[in-house]
Amino acid sequence: MTLNTLRAVLFLVFSVTIANSGFAAQEDDNEDNGFNATEMIMHHVKDAHEFHIVDWDNKPISIPLPIILFTDNGLVTFMSSEFNHDDSGSQIVEKNGERFVKYHEKIYQLGSGVDALAFDEEEHPTNATLPLNFSITKNVFMMWVSVLVLFLIFISAARKYDKSTNFIPRGIASFTEPLVIFIRDEVAIPMIGEKKYRKFMPFLLSVFFFIWINNIFGLIPILNGANVSGNIAFTLTLALFTFFITMFSGNKNYWKHIFWMPGVPVPMKIFLAPIEIIGMFVKPFSLTIRLFANITAGHIIILSLMSLIFTFQSIAIAPVSVGFSLFILIIEIVVVAIQAYIFTVLSALYIGMATAEEDNH
Amino acid sequence: MDLITPGLGLVFWSLITFFILLVVLKKFAWKPILGAVDERENGIKNALEAADKARMDMENLKADNERILNEARAEREAMLKDAREIKNKMVSDAKDEAQEQATKMIAQAQEAIENEKRSAMAELKNHVASLSIEIAEKVVREELSNKDRQLELVESMLGDAKLN
Repeated sequence: MTLNTLRAVLFLVFSVTIANSGFAAQEDDNEDNGFNATEMIMHHVKDAHEFHIVDWDNKPISIPLPIILFTDNGLVTFMSSEFNHDDSGSQIVEKNGERFVKYHEKIYQLGSGVDALAFDEEEHPTNATLPLNFSITKNVFMMWVSVLVLFLIFISAARKYDKSTNFIPRGIASFTEPLVIFIRDEVAIPMIGEKKYRKFMPFLLSVFFFIWINNIFGLIPILNGANVSGNIAFTLTLALFTFFITMFSGNKNYWKHIFWMPGVPVPMKIFLAPIEIIGMFVKPFSLTIRLFANITAGHIIILSLMSLIFTFQSIAIAPVSVGFSLFILIIEIVVVAIQAYIFTVLSALYIGMATAEEDNH
Repeated sequence: MDLITPGLGLVFWSLITFFILLVVLKKFAWKPILGAVDERENGIKNALEAADKARMDMENLKADNERILNEARAEREAMLKDAREIKNKMVSDAKDEAQEQATKMIAQAQEAIENEKRSAMAELKNHVASLSIEIAEKVVREELSNKDRQLELVESMLGDAKLN
């Protein structure tokens, strides 16, 4: 609780700082350093089409990633390096007679006879369309890396168990086993119950470790904070898994509680049904927002602290920034585990509610 | 606004990626790991139960042993007691018999002595009688050789006879 309060206060303080500096930068574009903290932070928190590592000698060093688009004429693929690191919409890539530009990490298809993006007052392009974008972005790439790491850890851990040694965990298995047992004994069994938890263990374990490892990868600076678990698309997908598992494992008792609440008068039953139906959808929505907001907030705090150095344009502020960042980073190490745990516990809780027997309330 | 709008591409890839992760880890990691953990826990539980059972058996066995030992001890006591009683009885019986036998023998011996005495007495009497007769014969012969003496005798005898 204290932790969250602290975070909230810090977040507030620094978001005000960012907002101020952002406005300052916008008001005076000719400011000599030209640093815009909001832009920088948003750039780091959001997804990207190339894996940008560092700028060296004014040239960005980055790993190009494949771009996969569905236009009206079908599939178009090319590497993101063809944009030549341009994100302002000026570099036009022509494929199959279709022309594409990248503007603020979105890929637009230019209409025929248009050579440059035109913008409305809110800086939205007016003369280009957004094709369906299934690109292997930075987040997708990091997600796959995390999947490979998970495979490596858990499949090799599974191989360490041997009947000849009475299934005593050795090597990496002795590290993973307490975590697996923790999910079983502290999450699955209390929330779902001794009888039914087995069926849901693979989902709970997978979701816990998937979120956790992506949270951890998001904290590693050299990976450039690929913010997979702080992306709402990712958290939404996992929440949808929980939602559909809850729907399909819901028993008669669960549906009765939603549509025709037992033990209350009829007017109350009618009154409660819509609330319960809304509740069905609020649960995955809250899962989505909670994970997304917590992880993104952590990233924003750390980046804001770092931005202070450039906003104040003083090396003297660096020790303060680094000190605070380090402090928040250490808190984040705890937070990323807690958030993965919370997501798993709540998923288990929802599943447990859907599979509860008649007299369990 | 971009920040809170889920991108279709990432939703699509997350869906596929997580589904593959779930399927692969379920088959190659969670099943073997949870299976091994379950099996081990069952093994430990069974081993503990077996140990408990063995201890109980041991206690039963010990109690049995104790009981058998006590029984054996009691039996030994009883046997010793019996033996002592038998011995005492035998000794007393033997004593009685010996006593009886001795009494009988003494009685027989006394009877034999009595008989011997009686026969000896009878023999002695006979002997004395014959001796007396001999002496009397001799005396009478001596006496009757003299007429006076014969008379004197007759007189004395007569005198005795008168007295009778």
